[in-house]
Amino acid sequence: MKQPANQTVNVRFAGLGGTGVIKASDIFADVVFRAGHMVKKAEVHGMSQRGGSVQSDVRFGTEVHSPMIPDGTCDFLVVMEPTQVEVVRGGLRSNGVLITPADIATAKLPSAKALNVAMLGRLSRHFDIPEQVWYDSLRAHFPEKLHAANAAAFALGRNS
Amino acid sequence: MHFSQDKSGRLLLSGNEAVALAAWHCGVALGTGYPGTPSTEILESFSALGGKAQWAPNEKVAAEVALGAAFGRARVICTMKHVGLNVAADVLFTMTYSGVDGGYVLAVADDPGMASSQNEQDSRRYAEAAVAPLFEPADSQDAYDLLQVAFEVSERWKIPVIFRLTTRVSHSMSPVKPRFPLGTRPPMAGVPQPEFVRDIPSHVMVPGHARPAHRRLRAKMAEMEIWNDTQGPNRIERRQSTLGIVTAGISYHHAREAAPDASVLKLGLSYPLPLSLIRSFAASVDRCVVIEENDPWLATACRAAGIKVEAKDDAIFRYGELNVDRVRRILAHDSRPDPVAPRGKPPELCPGCPHRSSFEVMKELDCIVSGDIGCYTLAALPPLAAMDMMIDMGAAIGMGLGLRHVLPREQARRVVSVIGDSTFLHGGLPGLVEMAYNPPETGHVLVILDNGTTAMTGQQEHPGTGRRLDGSGTYRVSYEDMARAAGIKNVFSVNPIRERAKFKSLLAESLAKDELTVLIARSPCILAAGRITAWEKERKAAKQGAVESSAASACPECGGAGVPGAGEGKL
Ligand SMILES: Cc1ncc(C[n+]2csc(CCOP(=O)(O)OP(=O)(O)O)c2C)c(N)n1
Ligand code: SF4
Repeated sequence: MKQPANQTVNVRFAGLGGTGVIKASDIFADVVFRAGHMVKKAEVHGMSQRGGSVQSDVRFGTEVHSPMIPDGTCDFLVVMEPTQVEVVRGGLRSNGVLITPADIATAKLPSAKALNVAMLGRLSRHFDIPEQVWYDSLRAHFPEKLHAANAAAFALGRNS
Repeated sequence: MHFSQDKSGRLLLSGNEAVALAAWHCGVALGTGYPGTPSTEILESFSALGGKAQWAPNEKVAAEVALGAAFGRARVICTMKHVGLNVAADVLFTMTYSGVDGGYVLAVADDPGMASSQNEQDSRRYAEAAVAPLFEPADSQDAYDLLQVAFEVSERWKIPVIFRLTTRVSHSMSPVKPRFPLGTRPPMAGVPQPEFVRDIPSHVMVPGHARPAHRRLRAKMAEMEIWNDTQGPNRIERRQSTLGIVTAGISYHHAREAAPDASVLKLGLSYPLPLSLIRSFAASVDRCVVIEENDPWLATACRAAGIKVEAKDDAIFRYGELNVDRVRRILAHDSRPDPVAPRGKPPELCPGCPHRSSFEVMKELDCIVSGDIGCYTLAALPPLAAMDMMIDMGAAIGMGLGLRHVLPREQARRVVSVIGDSTFLHGGLPGLVEMAYNPPETGHVLVILDNGTTAMTGQQEHPGTGRRLDGSGTYRVSYEDMARAAGIKNVFSVNPIRERAKFKSLLAESLAKDELTVLIARSPCILAAGRITAWEKERKAAKQGAVESSAASACPECGGAGVPGAGEGKL
């Protein structure tokens, strides 16, 4: 962990309905949980299926109280949709890390749908969590026919 | 179903999943309810775990089915969102008198801040008004643990209890240590066995029985309050004595983070309030603050009992949900307006949604649209702006008729009532009867938007889909037959996308006549269409005898395991 050991780490996923925000946050919460952390996750989805703004907060550490990240304290902000960056940027703490699709070589994605997994790959570089835990969780969250494409997307993000 | 699990066997569950797992582990014989965000996933998860779970046409019916099961000495859970309790209020207010013979948990999910609701009513007031014990879990583990206590209390005092969740408890995930390993069938020892025992004075609430029942109820609550003071599921956490916080539900976690050094009294059973416990806690700290969302229910009750507590400033903090920042401000007496968050993108009807086409046509015909609740309510937002009113489920019909009765003729003839299929079966049927019973002079037109699913809450089945909660096939009600049986003269069904011109001309003709018309706009929700088509195919094949009869009962998607609402957006 490249964060102080006893502090809560705040990771917010944001985007529009249908861009895989909730799925990415589910996988991330699962990964840190498997890695032995206390974790809480909260999400706000208006009518997300119908293209509205979606946000999902994951907080982990040794002790986590509120499942919602307080204003301006995101350590990581993962935004799946370029148009949403300015809407949510205020949530980031001053030295926090912003990850957007611009950080991914999207042309090399096995499918546009796998962007959220590639973004997880990019995020994964910031944590000392064995690579295998990420791959295990990815497999648990997708049907088998998508495993290879997701592994490729994850590697693309992790190595970009 | 997939649950995250760590090495020690803890599961990462949403509050709703935790309630479902607890219900499964408590040996609940039947789960019933009506979908409504944020409560919907309780029954879906309970079904996926192996429990018997079913959707009722509305919350009142669900609560009554549950009551029958509880009269039959079973453990039962009934789920709904906060406004659902309005629909079920009639049964609630008298079943507390009658009491129950099994265990009855009414799980109600409130929505402070209205992430996906038409109001932010506070169910705690229902508990007090109807005299029902009220449990308020703070997170998933708490929900899992408290549900067992809720059944114990329900059975010990023979009373239905309310299990109040809120959006942030229902939809947040946190670890749960279950009592039994996943995948095992819990032992049924100690779970009441269903059996009919005649008890007319308890179960028939005529005045002569209800008068003593009311006194019995108050006596139960007085006894329960004493128990709650000393043995209830409440917890005092002693830290510094300068500040004490009395709280329940998700507010507990916000308060712990906002004031880590404060002493805390966390309530689990908040009605009947453990007033002696609160009194002694308040006396043990220099300053005692009540932290609660929405109504000042807890603070008012404490003050009425003469306990000195501070309450939040309701000019600001009564509205919307709390969070860590807001709790910090409450504690600091900072009542400046909330910072305005930048506006996100509002949702809109999916591209290709059949509702879009229906409302475009109504707009072209300059209709006055008395609308209802569902995905189609999005048609009220610009650019369509084609719905003129929406209040509660089923209201489209009554409101449309009322307009027709009073408006000048040329306006009255433009009025259309528009209602979704699930909403029609939920609250529209009495309106349909009213339409034929008290027809306006100009007649009336009712459009039923039959998209084959309860789309808004994540595509649940309902009596018009021909499938049950677990995907198994069942009788499919016909809106056409219902309308004719109610006495409606003109009944048509039409596909608003493929037969758009026909839909438009039928609607125009119906508006021009002084007659009663029901127009069924039938075209599947595009998110559910694949599943519906696959099922229709299977059903047809089964009918032709090409498929084993059992295959027809399995949902093609899940093989009968139940389809916990797919996708992200469940309202
Ligand atoms: C009393 C009550 N119960 C439940 C809800 C939640 N809810 C809102 S609309 C709706 C049903 C929507 O289904 P339908 O009428 O078929 O329209 P669709 O979303 O499919 O277009 C539900 C369950 C509510 N608002 N009020
Ligand atoms: S989910 Fe279905 S009913 Fe709702 S907007 Fe999308 S297509 Fe329309």
